[in-house]
Amino acid sequence: MSIILDKVNYTYSAGTAYEIQALKNINLKMEDGQFIGIIGHTGSGKSTLIQHLNGLMKATSGTIYYNGEDIYAEDYDLRQLRSKVGLVFQYPEHQLFETTIFDDVCYGPKNQGLTKEEAGLRAFEALKSVGLKEELYYQSPFDLSGGQKRRVAIAGVLAMRPEVLILDEPTAGLDPKGRDEILNLVSAMHKERKITIVLVSHSMEDVAQYVERIIVMNHGEMIFDDAPHEVFKHYKELEKIGLAAPQVTYLMHELSENGLPVDVNATTVSEAKDEILKALGRKVC
Amino acid sequence: MKEQNIIEAKGLVHEYIRRDEEGNVEAIQTALDHVNLDVRPGQFIAILGHNGSGKSTLAKHINALLAPTEGTLYVDGKDASKEENVWDVRQSAGMVFQNPDNQIIASVVEEDVGFGPENIGVPTEEIWQRVEESLKSVGMLEYRTHSPNKLSGGQKQRVAIAGVMAMKPKCIVLDEPTAMLDPLGRKEVLKAVRALNKQAGVTIILITHYMEEVVNADYVFVMDEGKVVMKGTPRSIFSQVEELQEYRLSVPQITLLAHELKKSGLPIPDGILTRDELVEALLSVGQQ
Repeated sequence: MSIILDKVNYTYSAGTAYEIQALKNINLKMEDGQFIGIIGHTGSGKSTLIQHLNGLMKATSGTIYYNGEDIYAEDYDLRQLRSKVGLVFQYPEHQLFETTIFDDVCYGPKNQGLTKEEAGLRAFEALKSVGLKEELYYQSPFDLSGGQKRRVAIAGVLAMRPEVLILDEPTAGLDPKGRDEILNLVSAMHKERKITIVLVSHSMEDVAQYVERIIVMNHGEMIFDDAPHEVFKHYKELEKIGLAAPQVTYLMHELSENGLPVDVNATTVSEAKDEILKALGRKVC
Repeated sequence: MKEQNIIEAKGLVHEYIRRDEEGNVEAIQTALDHVNLDVRPGQFIAILGHNGSGKSTLAKHINALLAPTEGTLYVDGKDASKEENVWDVRQSAGMVFQNPDNQIIASVVEEDVGFGPENIGVPTEEIWQRVEESLKSVGMLEYRTHSPNKLSGGQKQRVAIAGVMAMKPKCIVLDEPTAMLDPLGRKEVLKAVRALNKQAGVTIILITHYMEEVVNADYVFVMDEGKVVMKGTPRSIFSQVEELQEYRLSVPQITLLAHELKKSGLPIPDGILTRDELVEALLSVGQQ
């Protein structure tokens, strides 16, 4: 089980003066159960890339295989693919529309052809897993706070029981606690249900904290694809393309340049803390 | 004589009232609950608070987009709740919102920036002069003849700020101006905002969820459930890591690391805000 992109290219407005090649020769294998982060500045091709993964956009050339099957094959069921690869767009709460939270979450599974009872069960399960209080289920989604609305929107995708969950900047506009809650939720789903997670983010700190693999996009090309420690070693190149490394990575480099023997590869607060205590000869607790 | 505050809120209350079809009151939500807030001209103020804490409601009062239910708010000496002062208040206090795409209306950058002054009847020659100055102040002058939809998020947001600057406000309220931007865009916008504060002396009120952006502010207000619950310099606010977490906030990553190291027994001071400060503190620990 995996997603494979083989020489995928995508060109917007091909043949016109506004032609832009948004994806250039992307070769990529996303293994089942991975937690992958995609970073890149605005317009680097991140969103174009993820919309290819569930067939919303069709590559200008190249092939995409989902579990070994060519998704562009004539008899391939794209509807089926879209319920297996769930996509949570930016600001998904703007897409809430039903009169109650429960109905809104039922919409996806109902469209999959499930009965009302089955869809209801799925909705119940999904709302429970995003941690929304039961007394809210039959309220209007529009009275919720920003973070809560976003949970409902994520529940709407979860109710379709996807095998792969793609989230496009799920924490944009949320307060720090809200950011942690959403990311902890995603991380728990990854651990408990073993679903593959693809997280598009502008926060290097979040990416460093949660993902096991980072894909860096720049001008439609994939320029890095590696573990966070390896990717953030290239912090100078990342800066050149409008990105950065987590704050602690910079700190570790500065400490090391000033003669404190720390491992500069630390990318999270807890790693940095352990490294600094070790270098200062303190017990790590 | 004491210098007049540019913004002065006393016991400010705002209630959102929801009514049913017959007009009966269904629910009352108190978004601002007796807020007192003083801002001196030229200050760089940051307002923190979780989603739904009342930050944006407060911001909309400063721009007279909302009127208080109770209490008073003076903007540059004018009572913002009085209908006849609305236009003066809006000219004193400009506002920049989260999504740059919702704020840009013209098809050429310089026309977008000139839209505001044109609306208030500024003579043509002066409009162009203002357009040039404001674009220069945010570092976007070379893009004056570009189409806004080809710009990056950070550039668009700077154009939006230039549009506000062209109105020559004394004060700019920015409501999460960087929430939708990538790291470079965030950096550009903050740099532009700081320059306006330092060079043009514009009073800045920055509402944000990014703790790193607050480090350089003169003064920080923390809001929760419509009340101002903490206020002080960034250093004093960020020394209180646990309290901030109770209000669903956090501290900059460097401050958090310093706090964790201190808890592990390292003798380092409270409220470290920057990498330089932490490097210095750790090196001096290393020498002991």
